[in-house]
Order: sequence, then structure tokens, then C-alpha cells
Amino acid sequence: MNRYNRHIILSDIGQAGQDKLLNAKVLVVGAGGLGCPILQYLAAAGIGTLGIIDFDVVEMSNLQRQVLFGTSSLGENKAEAAKKRLEDLNNDILIIAYPERLTYQNAIDLCNEYDIIVDGSDNFETRYLVNDACIITNKPLVFGAIYKFEGQVSVFNYQNGPSYRCLFPNPPQKDTAPNCSEIGVLGVLPGIIGSMQANEVLKIILGIGNVLSGKLFCYNALTSQTSTLKINKSEEQIELVLKEKHNFKKRQLEIDCEFQSDDISIEDVLNFENIQFIDVREAHEQPKVDGLKITHIPLNQLENNLEKIDLSKQKMIICQSGMRSKQAVSLLRNSGILNCYSIKEGALDIIEILNKKHKATTNDR
Amino acid sequence: MTINIKYFGLIAEVTQHEEETMNVSGRFISDLLEALYSKYPDLKNKDFQVAQNQELVSENTELSGQELALLPPFSGG
Repeated sequence: MNRYNRHIILSDIGQAGQDKLLNAKVLVVGAGGLGCPILQYLAAAGIGTLGIIDFDVVEMSNLQRQVLFGTSSLGENKAEAAKKRLEDLNNDILIIAYPERLTYQNAIDLCNEYDIIVDGSDNFETRYLVNDACIITNKPLVFGAIYKFEGQVSVFNYQNGPSYRCLFPNPPQKDTAPNCSEIGVLGVLPGIIGSMQANEVLKIILGIGNVLSGKLFCYNALTSQTSTLKINKSEEQIELVLKEKHNFKKRQLEIDCEFQSDDISIEDVLNFENIQFIDVREAHEQPKVDGLKITHIPLNQLENNLEKIDLSKQKMIICQSGMRSKQAVSLLRNSGILNCYSIKEGALDIIEILNKKHKATTNDR
Repeated sequence: MTINIKYFGLIAEVTQHEEETMNVSGRFISDLLEALYSKYPDLKNKDFQVAQNQELVSENTELSGQELALLPPFSGG
């Protein structure tokens, strides 16, 4: 039991505390900027069962802050890549990867499997979904969120404490804050905020210290200023969620109807391994894309040719302008095929980028 | 009443600073918000909550504090 010696020799933890950690089950939503440090510390601490849910794949632009991944993980599903890394870090514990999106359909059953839920997601819709699922299943929610150089941390739904809706009752309808991929984020910031979330998880399990319930901790990485603000519980907001609990599974994520964030650039994709390119243009459409192994299935025949799709690979869909490829992604998703992405460039731009890349490699020789 | 106001996240981008001191006439948080909306019209298009003396309050809470904070929700992860 050398692995946990530095925990066990702390009188506030001891063997009894370490056993609590080993018996705990924690679900982390999102294995991105926040999820990576959360998972890293929870796995190292010996949380007995660690669930990871993320539908997304590792991209080059993630490596600046998503510290579980390296260039060898590019193109891999984040939940699976994280599991691989964490199993090397700690093979004492059970790590379960869910390579899918958290939805209204799977959230309740998933939350029921775990003692504590940690939110490391990157959009409001998922954050409200996680919050409501935690209210319905009565699980504590360790919340963290970031914006450029600032972060927020809190613990919701802990021992009858307030929920996220008691702080912000509804998702923003106005000019919403764009996410990290659109506005940028200081790489170390999710490291700080995610580590604080991991710390709250440990305190809850061990029953030591003061859990950050009923309070919102705010941190500014540029000024090093912190504020801790008191949040009051709104019974009304919590009642509203519970009243709608029977309709929960019938709801649909709007994200699934939109196409944003599932677009990917051909430049990133060229670094990936294990991918299938699918061109959904009609056979007569020009220009042809050479130099890539491509499966051709016109969009209007896609549904009848699903057997041509390699389920073991990440599917990268290309077309003339980047529009039909989005429709194809949504069609494939609706057919239950995961890991499909729309290449945002059209055929002409793809060819240009491939040519440039080819020239660069020939010049290197 | 002289109040010190802190701005967080994209609220600070609207006001162009993270902190300022303002003289407010009026009794309620809503009065302060009116003053802020006329100074920064773009604030009307933002979602945020107000904290007074380190406690989240509603618009019809009485102004009592020396320190207010305008907090937007963050979604990033």
C-alpha cells in the first residue's frame, strides 16, 4: 500500500480515509481542459471507480491544456484516451470510459451509478442537464467553469444545499459566452480550476474541511484576486426541476440539432490516425480530392449504404462547401453512428491545403 | 451612496474595467442597474447576477453595501 502512503500518514485521512476513497464512485463529465486535471488527481488519489464521459476526439489544439493527452492520442476519443493514460497512472482502480455525449436519455441512469458527479463540460446546455440530473438523482455536483483568464468553482446539491439554478436560474438567452475553442483560454487556468474541483471531491468523500457548498469561488488568473460569494438556495428553482422529472428523458439536446463544434479542420485531421474519409458529393462533382483514401457515398444514398461505414474509425465527412457534410454527420448520428465529423473546408480548400502540405514535405527532403 | 463595483468575465469587457467606484442615488439594486444600463447600454444584452457584500442578491434587494459584483455565467471547460 505504498502508493497511498502520503495520504495515509495524514492524520485527517489515515487508512480509513483512504478506504473511503477506494470505495467511492465518481463520474466526470467531459475529459477536456477541466476534466484532465480532475481525472488525473482523482485517479492518483485512488478513487475506486472513475467514470469518464466524452464524445469528442483529441485534436492538436487541445494539447495546450488537456494534459492527459499527447500527440499519440490525436484522433482518439477523449474518454478512451484518458482511460488509457489513467490506467497506466493507477491500475488499482476501475476506470470506465463512455465514448458518447451526455444526453437527457442517458444522464439519469449514469448519475445513479455514481456517488458524486463532476462537471467539466464546456457548454451551458450540458451544464444545466448535469445540474438537473443531479437534482433528480440527489447527487452532489462539483462544478467548475472557465472564461479566458477567470474561473468559477462551487459544489451544488450537497446536503440540501443550493443548485446551479439557484445561482443562474436559466441558461443565458442573450449574447452567450462563446466557448474556449472560439475565444481562447489560458492553458494553466483549467489546471487550477480542475484541481480545485478534485479537491472538493476528496473533501466530500473524506468528510474533512468545509465543502464549497452555498458559495461560489471566483478566481482571476491575471490579478490573482479571489472572491467567495454566498449563494442562497431557491426552493422554487429546485421544485421546478423535480416537477418536470417525468419529462426529463423526453427532452432533446439542442446541440444535437445544431452542427456547431462538430466541425473540424482538414489540417487537424491530417495528424489523426484511424480515420475514414467519406465524400458525400455526387459522382460527377469536381474537383476530385486526390492523395487521400476516400469512400464515396453521395448524401442522398448515405442512409442505404451504412454498411460502407467503418465503425472502428473516426469518420471525416467532406463535400463541396462544408454544408452537406454537416447534414451527413447529423444523419449518421441519427442512425446511431458515433464519431462522425464534418470537415469545415470544401473540396477546393482541402486540395489546396493538401498541396501545400505535400510541397512542404518535398521541400524538407 | 458611494459603491465599489467589481466586474467579472465578459461584463468587464463591456465596462472596459474590472472595478470602479460609482455614486448611486436610489434604494434598490434595480436602481443601480438602471444607472449601469445608461452608462453601459450593452450590459442590457448580457446575462449576469449581482452580489452585494459577497452575497448573491435579487433586483429588489435594498442597496446596503459598499461592495457589489456583477457575475456572468461561464460555460468554458
